[in-house]
Amino acid sequence: MTRYIIRRLLQTIPLLLIISVILFVLANKMGDPLASFGGRRRIRSDDRERLTRKLGLDKPILVQYAIWLVGNDWMRVDIDGDGIPDEYGTRKGVLRGDFGKSFMEKRPVLEIIRERVSNTLILMLTCEVVILIFSLLIGIYSALRQYSTLDYVFTAFSFIGYSMPIFWLALILMYIFAVNFKQWGLPYFPTIGMYDLAVGRTVGQIAWHMVLPVATISIMSVAGYSRYVRSQMLEVISQDYIRTAYAKGLPERMVIMGHALKNAALPLVTIVGMDLPLLLSGAVVTESIFAWPGMGRLFWSAAQDTDIPVLMGILVIISALVVIFQIITDITYTFLDPRIRYN
Amino acid sequence: MAPLLEVQDLTTRFYTLDGIVHAVNGISYTVEEGDTLGIVGESGCGKSVSVLSVMGLIPEPPGKIAAGQVLYKGQDLLQLDQKQMERIRGKEIAMVFQDPMTSLNPVLTIGHQIGESLIVHLGMGQKEARRQSVELLDMVGIPQAADRYSDYPHQFSGGMRQRAMIAMALACSPNIFIADEPTTALDVTIQAQIIDLVKTLRDQLGMAVIWITHDLGIIAGLAEKVLVMYAGFFIERGSVDDIYGDPRHPYTLALLKSVPRVDRTSKERLAVISGLPPDLLGLPPGCPFAPRCTYMVEQCRKENPCLEPIGFGHEIACWVDVTTGRER
Repeated sequence: MTRYIIRRLLQTIPLLLIISVILFVLANKMGDPLASFGGRRRIRSDDRERLTRKLGLDKPILVQYAIWLVGNDWMRVDIDGDGIPDEYGTRKGVLRGDFGKSFMEKRPVLEIIRERVSNTLILMLTCEVVILIFSLLIGIYSALRQYSTLDYVFTAFSFIGYSMPIFWLALILMYIFAVNFKQWGLPYFPTIGMYDLAVGRTVGQIAWHMVLPVATISIMSVAGYSRYVRSQMLEVISQDYIRTAYAKGLPERMVIMGHALKNAALPLVTIVGMDLPLLLSGAVVTESIFAWPGMGRLFWSAAQDTDIPVLMGILVIISALVVIFQIITDITYTFLDPRIRYN
Repeated sequence: MAPLLEVQDLTTRFYTLDGIVHAVNGISYTVEEGDTLGIVGESGCGKSVSVLSVMGLIPEPPGKIAAGQVLYKGQDLLQLDQKQMERIRGKEIAMVFQDPMTSLNPVLTIGHQIGESLIVHLGMGQKEARRQSVELLDMVGIPQAADRYSDYPHQFSGGMRQRAMIAMALACSPNIFIADEPTTALDVTIQAQIIDLVKTLRDQLGMAVIWITHDLGIIAGLAEKVLVMYAGFFIERGSVDDIYGDPRHPYTLALLKSVPRVDRTSKERLAVISGLPPDLLGLPPGCPFAPRCTYMVEQCRKENPCLEPIGFGHEIACWVDVTTGRER
């Protein structure tokens, strides 16, 4: 088992290198980072040339990638942008844990990400818990009471939920639970931010501000997940071993929880394992609409500004997490399914 | 004294999109304590459905028990609710299924699956259930039972899995043991072992056995009473000697002729029953076997005969006396 894990981890190294090259090239060809440097004013062309040299954007793309990867403290860099290399650089490169500095904020990328990641985790982990609880409850119920009225209701709502654009759902929820509720004199939910600035960052404030974004994301995902749980469960409860369990005289609750769920949950592990790393990247649209200061919004603004170091930082971290979570998923399988063994 | 199990006029139907499937059509039988009853018939003749109905394991919908009574110790099982039925299943009446490869839960250990019924029915604790489960595995002939306790089904061979299934069924010493073709999926040597095992355990524990099979050879050495089933009807009932020595229904006769025997010369061709069993979606008005029957008379097309006694404990449902070939 240990050997298997080590082998899998070693395999991720070339994979991540290839992914990072592709991402780096794409991020650099996406737009001109200098275009928005002057704000509303246009930058003078000699300023632009100087900035290009200062940021090292004048070098060939593969050299830029090498600097991003291993740093530039082994070469002389142009500090003042006059075209003549002055002194040794200070960047250490991603391999030594330095993701560079943001073009816009002039601060280390990791520092910026660190500020945002906890906000996103609070939001998205809550979502994942809500999603799992509701999709399991709805999915299991629908499977056990197939073609009941409630099953049809859930089916209808999940198709509606699944086919709704997320920005539209977010706006509708805002309109009903913030705008209309306020007009009707009911307690209404806040629509932007994580907490009321007048009150401060308290648990209650964050929970209260989280309701609408969590509802938006959860409704979308529950719609998909619950269908999946339903079909898995339907397949499992028609198996012979479920009949055996009933023949033993076990109560339905024990048959479902003890015998069926464990089999039905196996494929679910794969989906959750693939979704979890994406949670860290945040929900770009939802976070933007609800002005939630998380990774999704950071990604969105970095993409707008062509802030390549920040973009690369977020993308590479997500890629690494996806790869690692796949290994974790595979290992989890061995605990859930005794038929699977790696060596 | 009332018999242990008395099934009266049991009728089970399946309501499918294509129409109503008449799987079991008013069958009646009794099982006394310590009895061994064999139910024989072709695939799809309603054997399994008839016992699943007794166990309350017919999936509803599409299935439905349309009529009849299943009296266990005088109590009608069909009138019980789920909770009461759970106390009967596995404790009073236990069942072993056809395919041991799919009948065990792949993600739970063998020991856990045996121990469950002990915990649920007998209120045992984890430790006690474990000790008892190992004993049961030992009883059904699993070597090194204590070590195999924590194995998963995929680590067992087919024969061992069926042994484990039997251990599971016997866990709470049921009064009735139903075996639904338990040897069909196994190879012949293992079949013999499993049959011997059930015989030994039956004599040891004094339980009644209902053994379902399409293999007439198995029943001969095992059962005392035999029921022959066709298209959801019982068409002949009698002791083993009656059925094998003096079969009176054309179908039973034809079935016995189609069994290969070692004491016949190999040059003789095996008899076959021409035609196919009837579609249970729409049964003809007369005898269901009439279209394939070599003894058919006019009456057979008009009316379906009921089981009628022709000797002590020997009943057939046929208009014709096969010994003379004329109408009775």
